[in-house]
Amino acid sequence: MRAVSHLQLDPVSVRRASRRPRTSVFWLSLPLAVTVGLVFLLPLTGLLPDAGQNLDATRQPPGFLDGGAWAHPLGTDKLGQDVLTQFVSAGRLTIVIGLVGALVAIVPGTLLGVLAGYFRGWVDRVISVLINAQLALPFILVALAIIANRGSSLPVLFLVLALTGWAVCARVTRSATLAVRERQFVFGLRAAGASETRIVLRHILPNLAGTIVALGTLQVGTAILVESALSFLGLGVVPPRASWGSMLASGQDELSQAWWIAFFPGLAITLLVLLVNLLGDALLTHHDPRKRRR
Amino acid sequence: MRGAGAPHPRTSEPENPVLVVGDLVVEHRNRSTGEVFRAVDHVSLSIAPGASVAVVGESGSGKTTLAMAATGLGARGTGDIRLLGHSLSTIGRRELRRLRPEVQVVFQDPHGSLDPRQSVRSGLRELRALQPRRTSWIEDAELLGRVRLAPEILDRYPHQLSGGQAQRVCIARALLMRPRLIVADEPTSGLDVSVQADVLALLQEIRASTGAALLMISHDLAVVRSLCAEVHVMYRGQVVEAGPCEQVFVAPVHEYTRELLAAMPGARWRSRR
Ligand SMILES: Nc1ncnc2c1ncn2[C@@H]1O[C@H](COP(=O)(O)OP(=O)(O)O)[C@@H](O)[C@H]1O
Ligand SMILES: [Mg+2]
Repeated sequence: MRAVSHLQLDPVSVRRASRRPRTSVFWLSLPLAVTVGLVFLLPLTGLLPDAGQNLDATRQPPGFLDGGAWAHPLGTDKLGQDVLTQFVSAGRLTIVIGLVGALVAIVPGTLLGVLAGYFRGWVDRVISVLINAQLALPFILVALAIIANRGSSLPVLFLVLALTGWAVCARVTRSATLAVRERQFVFGLRAAGASETRIVLRHILPNLAGTIVALGTLQVGTAILVESALSFLGLGVVPPRASWGSMLASGQDELSQAWWIAFFPGLAITLLVLLVNLLGDALLTHHDPRKRRR
Repeated sequence: MRGAGAPHPRTSEPENPVLVVGDLVVEHRNRSTGEVFRAVDHVSLSIAPGASVAVVGESGSGKTTLAMAATGLGARGTGDIRLLGHSLSTIGRRELRRLRPEVQVVFQDPHGSLDPRQSVRSGLRELRALQPRRTSWIEDAELLGRVRLAPEILDRYPHQLSGGQAQRVCIARALLMRPRLIVADEPTSGLDVSVQADVLALLQEIRASTGAALLMISHDLAVVRSLCAEVHVMYRGQVVEAGPCEQVFVAPVHEYTRELLAAMPGARWRSRR
């Protein structure tokens, strides 16, 4: 019980300290929400240029550069296809992969982490061995093995994301659960005759909600990076689908002639992952009293 | 000593003790070093229905470990624990769950004893759902009145309560179960001096009016003296001295008890009286 005493801060100092992360959470969420909104809503407005090929207008620079035309605000590729239109639809897939990829890692990870942390004993030992084994395996090896076996497709990509992501989630929720299960209210509930299932579902999980949301956010960033890396290697999203990672891959041959094809998806991945990770950190700080005190 | 002379509803027939601890040994294993630490070392005690028994000792002497083992909530250890006539070593899981509400614990940290995500009202609602028959005897507002809290408190969350208010909510939650034994583990150590006496008076009053036995755990001899008839002095996991309060405090036998008494603020004044 000694080990968790630092979690039981007096609520006044907790409230005071939590004020700053809340505003940064807002300012980090705003550009992310705008990005998601644009990527999903722009195609519905009919404002985007036509997606088709146009061999008369190949490798046109973006509209704001010399030689560019505003008919293609971000220019065109070697087949004369509009880069902005590709960018928006690839962004949609990237964001969907980020969200689903986080979900498939966070759900089993949280479940196993809470089980290990709450029930301890042999359950904990088995799950901890699995966590450590998973964390010891280099992700790229796991990914290559699965993809070599099953080929590239979205379900395989999600399998890779689940396998490479669950262990981190499980480790964090396990230690968070270890702390919550020793809180006195858990003993009080047991004394009132509450079942272990009720305690876990109604009390432990809600008290971990903040940590889980923060972890999920960080996992979105990780999923997007992993997807981009795999797609860049030609192992993730493959034509006819396109993500920002696969756009980056197909644009790399053109870097000397038409840098804008790879530049915008590359910039978008960087900014998106940066924002998502900062948001995840802010949320984690917001919900982790140990970090809050620093 | 409010309510000290009040009749105990259950004293008419001789009853078995609510709690018997026989030769209890509890060891903690440090998970990183693997070292074993004996927190409770061959402790025996017995609590009669409606009695008030104290365990005193400095911090780290094993009081909390003893309380958690004795109520079946913490590490069991070895030795015989009979809770309301049931031996904890042979009792089934389901039977233990049915027995549990009879024994309620009030902890040291009142805020840690309440789920931070639950308002007072929804916490009480959950307890009522867990023990529908046991808890139907009193309404929320009246229950809070019993612990001198206004009904407005019902819609507050734990962080919106002061330490004293939170501890009263904890006492109300314990009271709702109509327990036969209340274990109070340093219930005032986390509170402002100004509310400590009120909380102690409240515990005493509830003991007197419900006939529940009270196991009071404290490092504060003044608390024990005002509340309990019998005291066990714990030192490094062992009970070094036990007996009626007056006897132990007036004529302490063990060296450690004398030290405790000497360290007690206002000790001289009290012993002269
Ligand atoms: N879960 C635990 N694991 C390891 N050691 C513990 C644990 N709980 C208590 N201890 C140790 O056991 C001793 C007695 O602790 P405790 O029962 O809390 O004493 P008290 O309540 O009298 O302060 C202390 O030295 C403490 O460090
Ligand atoms: Mg203690």
